[in-house]
Amino acid sequence: MSRWKRPGAQPSGRPGSKHPSKQPLPTFPSSAPEALSDKQLRENLRHATRAIRAKRAEVVKEVSDWDELTLAARAIKEEALRGLDHYLSDLERAVVRSGGKVHWARDSAEANRIIGDLVGATGTAEVVKVKSITTDEIGLNDALAAKGISAVETDLAELIIQLASEGSSHFLVPAIHKNRTQIRDIFREHLGRPELTDEPEALAEAARVHLREKFLAAEVAISGANFAAADTGTVGVVESEGNGRMCLTLPRVLITLMGIEKVLPSFRDLETFLQLLPRSATGERMNPYTSLWTGVHPGDGPDEFHLVLLDNGRTEVLADPVGRQALHCIRCSACLNICPVYGRVGGHAYHATYPGPIGSILTPQLLGPGVHDSLPFASTLCGACWEVCPVRIEIPRVLLHLRGRAVEGSAGLGQVSGGSGGSGRSTRYGPTQERLIMRLLGLTFRSSNLYRWGLLLARKFLKRRTKDGWVVQLPGYGGGWTTGRDFPGLAEKTFREWWAERGKEDASPIGDQKGGPE
Amino acid sequence: MRIALFVTCFNDALFPGTGRALVRILEDLGHQVTFPPDQTCCGQIHFNTGYRTEACRLLLRFLKVFEDAEVLVAPSASCVAMVREQYPELARDTGDGGLMSGVEAVASRTFELSEFLVGKLGVEDVGASFEGRVVLHPTCHSVRGIDVADAPERLLRAVKRLELAELPNALECCGFGGTFSVKNPDTSLAMLSDKIRDIQDSGADVVTAVDNSCLMHIAGGLRRMGLLGEDAGGIRTMHLAEILVSREGSLS
Repeated sequence: MSRWKRPGAQPSGRPGSKHPSKQPLPTFPSSAPEALSDKQLRENLRHATRAIRAKRAEVVKEVSDWDELTLAARAIKEEALRGLDHYLSDLERAVVRSGGKVHWARDSAEANRIIGDLVGATGTAEVVKVKSITTDEIGLNDALAAKGISAVETDLAELIIQLASEGSSHFLVPAIHKNRTQIRDIFREHLGRPELTDEPEALAEAARVHLREKFLAAEVAISGANFAAADTGTVGVVESEGNGRMCLTLPRVLITLMGIEKVLPSFRDLETFLQLLPRSATGERMNPYTSLWTGVHPGDGPDEFHLVLLDNGRTEVLADPVGRQALHCIRCSACLNICPVYGRVGGHAYHATYPGPIGSILTPQLLGPGVHDSLPFASTLCGACWEVCPVRIEIPRVLLHLRGRAVEGSAGLGQVSGGSGGSGRSTRYGPTQERLIMRLLGLTFRSSNLYRWGLLLARKFLKRRTKDGWVVQLPGYGGGWTTGRDFPGLAEKTFREWWAERGKEDASPIGDQKGGPE
Repeated sequence: MRIALFVTCFNDALFPGTGRALVRILEDLGHQVTFPPDQTCCGQIHFNTGYRTEACRLLLRFLKVFEDAEVLVAPSASCVAMVREQYPELARDTGDGGLMSGVEAVASRTFELSEFLVGKLGVEDVGASFEGRVVLHPTCHSVRGIDVADAPERLLRAVKRLELAELPNALECCGFGGTFSVKNPDTSLAMLSDKIRDIQDSGADVVTAVDNSCLMHIAGGLRRMGLLGEDAGGIRTMHLAEILVSREGSLS
């Protein structure tokens, strides 16, 4: 099943970027059926997302000032992005001052080259990795492999999917689509432990034994970063298993890849995020391991620290006043766990490093128009994601914004109203039939006479297909509806027809039709 | 009060009984109901599918049709959400200051039926009586869009003889999502089948909501599965307004 393979680096699709490969990715609707038909996957997802969801709700309830915390977090993120240029410069100075090195990467290719060169300089053939979604975004493991360097994932779930040669399906729990029996089978095959049972303790022990050797032998570790404080140059990783702490402290060289949007103005801001993140992510009051480091210190931790700051489309997202809030994301994955779409389809159908609701707004923006336009439509706009987001990203609003961009381009609506909000919109995304239907509907709705005529025609069209008041098969675009649902026939008498007749029969003020303007 | 009915195109063409019920409820409470006859569609279908230009044209039209209305009431949370939540966004996109204030003015006078009854009129008991075990599907737009809070539930609790059942996983979307249901039919159906299972588990014989769009989705699924109907074991869907005009268990 090729779909489950690790996708590697995503194409850089920005117009004018160094890699203008405009290859569209497989659409969400075309990928969802395979996942939906996998009963085991559905069951695993249902079980896992519901469990995390309940835990989250429980511990969030305990915090009396949760709403204020989320507002504060949003304000901090807005400030960080507003002053991104100087906060990043501050961060660079602070890191250098404390003995670290800072590298700037415009895109995946640059980041991979920088990290590849850094690892290459040490002469090592194997590096250990802390779970990092950003390294997935740039396809780092494949890039290192091409240089003969193997990257060992040390997070348990990352290790599982790495051994199974699969891609992550969740930010936080990359193997959320697997149950423990499936994990036992992967370990039996790849760790040479045919006697393993599916007891969680046994599985954890097998991973621990396997990884311990890797930690002790590693010369270089690669991590992502949850935060970096601009004022002190402190970088932070939060995790549950302690593998991160091993990677961050044992090897001689530490390389951290961080998206530029992860910078926080000040060390104090951690106070807010360290309260929000664990509760939103794993439903824990506090995560077991929080590692913070500032540069290098002789005799304590790595001798060399490199911070690679990655743009990869982020500054262009920043230019969109509605869409930029996607950059506030702290990768807690609460929106994935609550999303009814993600909860049934899982992460792979998104064909993206960032799946789920946040992925549906972040991915199309990072990749630029034309590459992943189906993602903003992979949502019912139910708003559950927005409700749980600890940094208050208005995901439904951005989804709608991006749908507009996909269909009509990014110009404003000035021409329609006579205002000044831009001009020139050309249709891009959306099936031809849909465009035609939307056009026809729009025309019809522009006049109540046309609307009445349109209804008559529609009634005629549907009448032939209606039996016992229901249509069991709609043609064309509407066929999506009748794949599993019947459609009610149009009413014999519309409300307005009833109202008009009532007005004739009844001369009382109640039947007065002069309420509206002409 | 003089109340302009914003019936919505969807209810006009597919569920006129809901509009009629709404007229009856408001008139019975002593209000004067008007129906601006030029109204068509608020543009939600266009806006939610990305066709913002067309949606904006319909917005302009909507403002003209309803500009003189003292208060607008609609039997649909999602259409009200369009006016209150999305119109300001669209108006902002035009860069037209006059339009923005026009939208604000209309949006602040537009209400969904249940929030209007409970929040604005302070009415919970409209004198209804309904025989049946009813479950409320709290639609996403009513809960997370315009936040009607517990207004529908309060109204249902005041209906005589009605037994209100508990819906498991009530706050989860039914999978409709407008054109999502045709653009992503497989995912939509997966969500619908779970919703229908929860409805069955509730033991209800009537599902109600403040949005006929979601109810149409649920009814369409029930019918395909052979579960829709008034026979024993069958489940019906009914808009809240139609329950609220019921007297002694029969729809008047």
